[in-house]
Amino acid sequence: MSDPVIQIRDLKKVYRMGEVEVNALAGIDLSVEPGELVAIMGPSGSGKSTLMNILGCLDRPSSGTYLLDGVDVSRLDRDRRAEIRNSKIGFVFQSFNLLARTRATENVELPMLYSDLGFSTAERHRRARQALARVGLAGREDHYPSQLSGGQQQRVAIARALVTDPPLILADEPTGNLDSRTSEEIMGIFQELNDAGKTVVLITHETDIAAHAKRVIYLRDGLIWRDEKIVQTRSKPGAAVTESELAIAFPFQLAPSSAGTAPTPVEVEAEELEEVLR
Amino acid sequence: MKITALRLLNIAKVGLMAISRNKTRSLLTMLGIIIGVGCVITMLAVGTGASRAIQSTISSLGTNFIMLFPGAETQGGARIAGESRITVEDVNAIREEAPSVAYVSPSVRESAQVVAGDLNWGTSVYGVDVDWPFIRAWNVADGDFFTDVDVRTSARVAVLGATVADNLFPAGDAIGSSIRIKNVPFRVVGVLDRKGGNMMGQDQDDQIIAPFTTVMKQLQGRERIGQVLISARSESLVGQAQSEIDALLRQRHRIGPGQEADFTMRSQEEIASTSAQMTRTLSILLGSAAAISLLVGGIGIMNIMLVSVTERTREIGIRLAIGAKGKHVLLQFLLEAITLSIVGGGIGVALGFLIPKLVTKFAGMPTDVSMGSVLLAFGFAAAIGVFFGFYPARKASRLDPIDALRYE
Repeated sequence: MSDPVIQIRDLKKVYRMGEVEVNALAGIDLSVEPGELVAIMGPSGSGKSTLMNILGCLDRPSSGTYLLDGVDVSRLDRDRRAEIRNSKIGFVFQSFNLLARTRATENVELPMLYSDLGFSTAERHRRARQALARVGLAGREDHYPSQLSGGQQQRVAIARALVTDPPLILADEPTGNLDSRTSEEIMGIFQELNDAGKTVVLITHETDIAAHAKRVIYLRDGLIWRDEKIVQTRSKPGAAVTESELAIAFPFQLAPSSAGTAPTPVEVEAEELEEVLR
Repeated sequence: MKITALRLLNIAKVGLMAISRNKTRSLLTMLGIIIGVGCVITMLAVGTGASRAIQSTISSLGTNFIMLFPGAETQGGARIAGESRITVEDVNAIREEAPSVAYVSPSVRESAQVVAGDLNWGTSVYGVDVDWPFIRAWNVADGDFFTDVDVRTSARVAVLGATVADNLFPAGDAIGSSIRIKNVPFRVVGVLDRKGGNMMGQDQDDQIIAPFTTVMKQLQGRERIGQVLISARSESLVGQAQSEIDALLRQRHRIGPGQEADFTMRSQEEIASTSAQMTRTLSILLGSAAAISLLVGGIGIMNIMLVSVTERTREIGIRLAIGAKGKHVLLQFLLEAITLSIVGGGIGVALGFLIPKLVTKFAGMPTDVSMGSVLLAFGFAAAIGVFFGFYPARKASRLDPIDALRYE
């Protein structure tokens, strides 16, 4: 494995709301190597959704560079970004985002319909069935989303993300709408994909979900606050609590690794309180 | 990157899938176009049918035919029915002094209840001259037409139309029998050829023909001629015959050249073109009313497509997120709109063939579905699909994927 899948330098995103400028991302440096399983955590307003949108080529940064699979995608236009999304990124969303009244296979085939590679009908069917089998949905190809459980729907979504064999899989709170047992199953699939060499970046605010990752990045106020490798306790998640897991679970009780820029716990709580009151 | 045929097909499939997933909505969307196209074709069929009917009735008068009416024409085409100043002498003068005229016959009309034995029948009695069968190219099927002598002597003889004969003499023994018209006894000398209904649905066989002298004296008690039927020697002499008659009558009625005449003439051609103008106006009126309904149908498609774009914002977001480009979404929605209007147009065309048949069957109106009106309506429907489908499609293609995905 050579080049990083994601290489970000001094990434900034500024939103203008009238006169006010909001620094959603205030200068992020990040590099994700092939085969990593990264969890991005952070409270709401920390910039993780903005980062996700930029990582997913749905949005462009205000400044800085973003190399995806060795290609600078930070300045591409709408259609080029669509091509990148289609060929290099597999999306998994919190709310599954399957097309209703559309069979599982048809949902999975969707990215191939928009591909520049020109998949034949037979090829699309074959790949869709293969991808569905890979997430354990063999035999449910012709089901409609409404006939599937939440976990199964998310599996279809993962199959859809996999089907074009992209170098990066991005998951935005993939277990946010699922119960804990199903969440474990879905995380199991991500880990299997990761074991098979897929690079997976996922956003979550659940510590036990982040605990499946090999690396956890904690965002705060548009900056990377913590970036830690996790010693996996794969066999039984949560059985052994590492220092990092503690850090994720109780970030404010521990001294921040990079002092200086990070807000004190009191400030953070005040901010969050404000957000709630808003 | 070019869009290959394969991928165009794929996008078309996506659009078709969206239609088949929402059958009810699609049908409702198409309804406007269906009704619009059906209406346009039906209306034009009724218009064309009416105009064909009138034209064929008029052309059955014969190409040499000229009609002379009393009274002057006023502006706007309406004639003021004044006292007729056309006399029997005028008619005789035309016969003798207008060299381009082949046949001439006055025509007076009287409505009457006709009695034969214990049967009776209400019909029109026309008083004409012996030239009438030649002018109308209409002969007797049975018996004889009345003669010159009958006209001169005001003989009480009558020639029955086939319908009248059927109703008064079901046994077919009309010839030689006696009938009473307004209590005046007439002897039946002939029965006319059956012509059937004309194209406007009037039964041409429902009439009685008698010498005009008899009708004037015995039935009307006055000597005014309602109209004069004239036949020119040939089609090319129609214009000349008209000017001869005009000069003759002006001289006889002492009307100077620049003055308004107290009579009006119409050749078959003029009658045809006047009525063609009328039916064309009718067709345009009906057609434009129907075209408006087609336009409204198109706006209906646009409305539904706009609602559909809003309703499917999330779907569009998903498509954009997994790599659909603006043009893919544009094409998908455009194809959807076009498909809806084309399928709707197709159903409308089917209705357009069916409804005129029903109109003819139940309302008795002649209709004529022309291929041109079908193509016009269908083409218009397809164009409406493109035109009204484009705005919603473009709106869909310009959605921001992030906003679209967040849309609830």
